[in-house]
Amino acid sequence: MSKGFTPSPATPAVITANDLRMGHCVWMRDGGWTADPREAELFEDEAIAELALLDAIAQANVVVGPYLAEARRGPDGRPEPTHFREAFRRRGPSNYFHGKQAEFAQSEVEASNV
Amino acid sequence: MFDARPQHNEYLRHRAQQFRQQVERRLDGSLTEDEFRPLRLMNGVYLQLHAYMLRVAIPYGTISPDQMRTLALLAEKWDKGYGHWTTRQNIQYNWPKLVDIPDMLDALADVGLHAIQTSGNTIRNVTTDAFAGAAADEVADPRPYAELLRQWSTDHAEFQFLPRKFKIAVSGGKKDRAVIAAHDIGLRLVSNDRGELGYQVWIGGGLGRTPLLGKVVREYLPEADLLPYIEAIIAAYNLSGRRDNKYKARIKITVAERGLDVMREEIEAEFQRRRQAFTGADQDLLAALKSLYAPPAFRNEPEGDYEERRAANPAFRSWTDTNLSAHKQEGYASVTVTFKAPGQTPGDASAEQMRLLADLAERFGHHDLRISHEQNVVLPHVHKSDLFAVYQELKAAGLATANAGLISDIVACPGMDYCTLATARSIPIAQDIAAHFRARGLEEEIGKFNIRISGCINACGHHHLGHIGILGLDRAGVENYQITLGGDGYDIPAIGQRAGAGFPAEEVVPAIDRLIDAYLELRESPEERFIDAYRRLGVAPFKAALYPADA
Repeated sequence: MSKGFTPSPATPAVITANDLRMGHCVWMRDGGWTADPREAELFEDEAIAELALLDAIAQANVVVGPYLAEARRGPDGRPEPTHFREAFRRRGPSNYFHGKQAEFAQSEVEASNV
Repeated sequence: MFDARPQHNEYLRHRAQQFRQQVERRLDGSLTEDEFRPLRLMNGVYLQLHAYMLRVAIPYGTISPDQMRTLALLAEKWDKGYGHWTTRQNIQYNWPKLVDIPDMLDALADVGLHAIQTSGNTIRNVTTDAFAGAAADEVADPRPYAELLRQWSTDHAEFQFLPRKFKIAVSGGKKDRAVIAAHDIGLRLVSNDRGELGYQVWIGGGLGRTPLLGKVVREYLPEADLLPYIEAIIAAYNLSGRRDNKYKARIKITVAERGLDVMREEIEAEFQRRRQAFTGADQDLLAALKSLYAPPAFRNEPEGDYEERRAANPAFRSWTDTNLSAHKQEGYASVTVTFKAPGQTPGDASAEQMRLLADLAERFGHHDLRISHEQNVVLPHVHKSDLFAVYQELKAAGLATANAGLISDIVACPGMDYCTLATARSIPIAQDIAAHFRARGLEEEIGKFNIRISGCINACGHHHLGHIGILGLDRAGVENYQITLGGDGYDIPAIGQRAGAGFPAEEVVPAIDRLIDAYLELRESPEERFIDAYRRLGVAPFKAALYPADA
């Protein structure tokens, strides 16, 4: 959640929202959007994060409700969630194999078939 | 007044077309999200955690086989093959795409269904007893009154921007099965001392962050005065309800802050004025609705081999013991089909299951289906000679779990697995509790038991009304669950009381397990339910079981 933290090297952030047309979760990368949270851009500077958030808000014809979500840099350098809500958004619901978890499994299957 | 019967659905097509244009204007940038949000909410479209969500109204939980098949079609064509029965007798689709929703609304309009006023600060879907028109203890069938209220309230120009959402429940049984004390307005059908039908009118009930039971504002309201009186209540609330604070905007707060007597005076004065405007059209409509809801052509036949089947088949007997309710018509029973099978998400129904229920309702159930606020489906009218056939078909579809009203018949909101308001998950907790007591083989021994789980303080899982209520919260970034005890949504309406400090997710099942062991130890007989033992003994022994270190 965006409340109560400032993006910094110690508390990095990602910018996330929902896709306007389809509704699924998306993350900001290079000023655009990716459906893969592992590809999200990590913001470690408050001013840059705020500017990027303004840019995200301006893309109201693409996404809904962008916000800064606290994250951390994982062992592979990719962003990881710090709060369980963001972890669920990245994964999908726990009662079915739905959402991102299913999409990623599918993309990995497709990748391995290449 | 709006008429949403299938044969009069031009209005619904018009509304669907309006929404289609609104979506187009949102996508082409003519509407901002701030402008679009109230428009989509008026059509039941939320944006949730992983996707949009469409909430479709099932008026007072009553649905025909054709309508049920359309719900199945929506699940299959535009969602992931299933829908979710809610505690307000609605259905929610968890995965629609915004661009598909206008098509979904068109398909709903074809069978007279819609999503109008399933969100927003308006009068929401009127709810009632899932056994309406069937229950043996019924004073009168509440559905004509619920339908009258629905037609009157749908698109009622004066009540589109109330201070907050507004929920009305109507109950026709001697025993209340519509939880009227937990609604903004609750109506109980009663007879006065001259035997004339009317209503006992309750106002100011509600759950959420400030749970309050309603109060009786009128002991007896004559049958013909329903609409002017309800209109007077909502008009008074529309003026005096708070608009400065969302959390103090429900009528329960208005009544609590201003006092029941002040509200009653205003309502009665308004009632006298409004009554003049009602010249009888509403009563003509009510009469027509009563004939629309006339009892079906019940069969007057013997029960066939029903008792022999029961005697010969223990699983069938067990199912008839738990999942049948007494019917007013001799030879009939009402069947509760629970959506609480082992491992199932409470209230989730697949398209195939919906179609099977539609078929069973046509073949064995006088074309009638109900969605209950316990997130189950009821076949209200099944002749006893058909029960074994119904049971076998349900069993083949995984829908014959003999647990209606037992500890695994858990009510749970979608929680943080889907909902953007949630502070913790509900579904895995429900699944774990049900699995645990099944594994211990204690379900039948425990008997009637009511667990209700909400994933946030807004209480969609009605946790305050559970004998045991569980509320999921976020405590410093970790899911944490508060337990409330002693709630009741049926016989003696009661708000459960918080037992003490919350539990981390993995300690919820052990805590409930200690509670159940204490109850089994303390109860005077197998007939004494947990709630009865709680009322007899008070909270102390159960608190000691939950918190052994403090005892």
